[in-house]
Amino acid sequence: MSNAVSALQGVSYDGYVKVTEQGLRGMITLRGDLASAKLKTAVSKLSGVKVPAVNACAFKGAYGVAWMSPDELLILCPYDAAEAGVAQLSKALKGQHFLAANVSDARAVFQIEGAQVREVLAKLAPVDLSEGAFQLGQLRRTRIAQAPAAFWLKDAGTAEVICFRSQADYVFELFKRAAMPGAEVGVF
Amino acid sequence: MLILTCPYCGIDADETELAAGGQAHIKRETVGASDDAFEEYMFMRENPKGVHFERWRHANGCGKWFHAARCTMTLEVFGTYEAQTYEPPAEIRAAISAKRPGWSWGSFS
Ligand SMILES: [Zn+2]
Repeated sequence: MSNAVSALQGVSYDGYVKVTEQGLRGMITLRGDLASAKLKTAVSKLSGVKVPAVNACAFKGAYGVAWMSPDELLILCPYDAAEAGVAQLSKALKGQHFLAANVSDARAVFQIEGAQVREVLAKLAPVDLSEGAFQLGQLRRTRIAQAPAAFWLKDAGTAEVICFRSQADYVFELFKRAAMPGAEVGVF
Repeated sequence: MLILTCPYCGIDADETELAAGGQAHIKRETVGASDDAFEEYMFMRENPKGVHFERWRHANGCGKWFHAARCTMTLEVFGTYEAQTYEPPAEIRAAISAKRPGWSWGSFS
C-alpha cells in the first residue's frame, strides 16, 4: 500500500486569520433518492447523522453529512474509514438506484481560523457571508476565485473549505493573499 | 450583475456562479425530421428585445440545470423554474404578464 499524503501536507499560514491544510480526510459522494427510507437509514447508520435539509450539513465526531444537490450527499469520515463506508453503503442500498464513491483522494481541505473568517471567505466567494445570511449548520457550494469549492462554519471563528486536490495550491495561495496582515477590510 | 435564484437549492446565485445554456424550450428535431424543421431546430433562435426564456446551470453550486425568464433589455428577472418542463409554468407567465402586458415569445404568451 502506498503512503497516502494530502495535497499540501499540512502547510499553514499565519495571517490575520490562520490558514491550515487539514491533511487527509475521508469523503464519500453518495448520489441517489434522498427521500428514500433505505438511503436515510444507511446514511445515519454509517455517520450517526440524519440526512440534512437543503444546503445544510451536520456533524458527529469524525463524521459529517452535507447536502450537495437534490440527489447528492457528501459524507465526511476518517480517511481510513472511507473504503469501508462505501462498502457499507453499497451493501445497504443494493437493488436501489444509487452511486457511492470514495472521493477522498480527489479533494483537499483547509481550515480558516480567526475572528475575521467571514471577511476572508467573502473576499474570495460570491456569497453573502453576513451573520444573518450564512449561519452555522449551512454548507455553501460555490467558488473560491476560479476554483469550485464548498465551505461551512465549525464555530463562529472557524471555517472549513473543501476544493479539488489539483487546485489545492492555487486555493492556498488565494487564502494567503486574502489573509495577509494589512489586508483587513473590516466589513463584518 | 445578473442574479438568479436556483429553484433547486434556493440560493441567489450571481452570474459568476452560473453557466449560461442558451435559449430555453427548444424542441429537438431528430431522425425523420424534414430539412426545414431540422434547420429551424439547429440554427434559428429567438433574439428578443424584452422577455426571454433561457437555460442556466448552477455550475459552482448544486450543479442543476434550470430555466429563467428575464428581460434582455432591463435585466429584470421575472422568475426561475425547474428544468423538468416543456413550457413556462402559469405563475411565471403571470409574473411576466403583470410587468409586460401582451408579451409573446415563440408560441408562448
Ligand atoms: Zn442550485
